[in-house]
Amino acid sequence: MPDQSMQNSPPTPSPLIRFENVHKRFGSLVVLNGVSVAFAEGKTTVVLGPSGTGKSVLLKHIVGLLSPDSGSVYYRDMRIDHLKDRGMEPIRRKIGFLFQLSALFDSMTVGENVAFPMREHSGLSKSEIRDRVAERLAMVGMENTENKMPGELSGGQRKRVALARAIALNPELVLYDEPTTGLDPIRSDVINELILKLHEELKVSAIVVTHDMTSAFKVGDRLVMLMGGGIIADGTADELRAHSDPRVQRFIAGRADEEDLRALHRI
Amino acid sequence: MASIETPTTTLRRPAGYIARLGEWAINTNLALGDMGVFFLSTLYWIFRWPGRRAISETFAQMYEMGTKSIPVVMIGGGFIGAVLAVETLPQFQEIGLASRVGSIIVISVVKQVGPILTAVMLAGRLGGAMTAELGTMRVTEQIDALRVMGADPIRTLVVPRVLACVIMTPILTLYSDAIGILGGWLVAVRVEGVRNYPFWHYAAQSTDLFTVNVGLIKAFFFGIVISTVACYKGFRCGNGAQGVGRACTEAFVTGFCLILLSNFILALGLNNLYNALYPNQPSVL
Ligand SMILES: Nc1ncnc2c1ncn2[C@@H]1O[C@H](COP(=O)(O)OP(=O)(O)OP(=O)(O)O)[C@@H](O)[C@H]1O
Ligand SMILES: [Mg+2]
Repeated sequence: MPDQSMQNSPPTPSPLIRFENVHKRFGSLVVLNGVSVAFAEGKTTVVLGPSGTGKSVLLKHIVGLLSPDSGSVYYRDMRIDHLKDRGMEPIRRKIGFLFQLSALFDSMTVGENVAFPMREHSGLSKSEIRDRVAERLAMVGMENTENKMPGELSGGQRKRVALARAIALNPELVLYDEPTTGLDPIRSDVINELILKLHEELKVSAIVVTHDMTSAFKVGDRLVMLMGGGIIADGTADELRAHSDPRVQRFIAGRADEEDLRALHRI
Repeated sequence: MASIETPTTTLRRPAGYIARLGEWAINTNLALGDMGVFFLSTLYWIFRWPGRRAISETFAQMYEMGTKSIPVVMIGGGFIGAVLAVETLPQFQEIGLASRVGSIIVISVVKQVGPILTAVMLAGRLGGAMTAELGTMRVTEQIDALRVMGADPIRTLVVPRVLACVIMTPILTLYSDAIGILGGWLVAVRVEGVRNYPFWHYAAQSTDLFTVNVGLIKAFFFGIVISTVACYKGFRCGNGAQGVGRACTEAFVTGFCLILLSNFILALGLNNLYNALYPNQPSVL
């Protein structure tokens, strides 16, 4: 098992993922405007930021679904932003990606969805795969749903199945795009505990994109805030709470700014 | 490998008719080139052996396509054959050659109407379904998910559909041919009272294996055109339900035009082949 060896390796100071001055635009819309940020190995880093600032775009650069217009992305010391699908494959195999919209294959059952990465990549036998699918589904509280179709599930249930699929191959890095959105508070906490458990037991590194401040403070070793195309805050929970930038304070407290309120009063 | 990202290379700078014409030409060429690359990656995976799962998916797709399309193909083919008899029979009767109507029905159905009509119906029936399915998969990030999990989307999604369509189009064309001839026979023999034996005699005399093969060769290429265009449009589909709808329309229109274009090119090519094989006979194409 690869996890065993990972558990014993000493923590390395060099970051697992590094963005260097990454620019990305879609047509005239500038989304990332010179982002430089590093994500440490063995840590859980939370990415915060208002809707539409490019958090999902940032994550997609890590798995090569998008490539920067300029700047570079590194996985350990390897530059990955110019790699094609074939070159990215060994890296993608080590990364679990939870898509914001779940992205379950809707022509397959829940069980086949979770088994998919194992069938593609692991040499596991059919019965081993079946056992592991059941185990992963139980971890996210979706046991005995193997034969359901994704269309029969609620949004929150799909998200949990997608999470089971993302961690199917024991990845060394998991990218969570809003893991608790659409879940009730208790389920959200179960997912938070799951993220912590993966982190503690398997030393999984994680990048968590979220709007849920409770979750962010609970799971994050470090929090970064993306706004207006750049990183405006970077630190521990306490450092963020004491941050001097009013935009950061408003985001943490969940307060609308004056301009938004004025727009409302004009109605 | 073709990227799934929406191509940003298209030019948008309207300025006068000439510029717009040039812009149209460049964009069309870029799109055709993009589709060509897409098709080449499909071929690459087919010849590199796409794997057992892609092959079993191919059979699933063939079943799906066949069962879905047989009714529409047979109804379409049958009525076209019948209409051909209705329209041509009076002309033949006038010159006292009513029993020859069988040959004209068989020639038109087997060589032109059968393959083209089947292809157009399949472009609507199968092409539309393929584009909508793949387009929805793109919009809901399922194609991205495949790539992230290291499964090449062309190998897992496109290869089975293209293979299935290429195999099923000739088979469905044969069905359509058979029912078309039967439709013509019903009108000519059963309704209009042409004698049975001469109908089949002249029908058989006017066709040979080459004629039937021409129809099947055409159907083979139409199968490639329909599935490649449909999959390509699905993969490059715009966002939202509107994007999927537009992709389906574009897939049908593009597929339709390419079917007619390739029919013309194939007719020229096969005609030359016929003349080379049977130099002393009048061309039948
Ligand atoms: N493939 C794409 N083509 C064009 N525009 C895109 C594409 N992907 C993202 N965008 C645009 O980039 C911006 C950032 O999108 P992104 O999905 O990263 O936001 P986000 O920070 O994840 O927001 P949310 O919290 O709502 O998920 C949006 O304005 C979006 O419209
Ligand atoms: Mg997002």
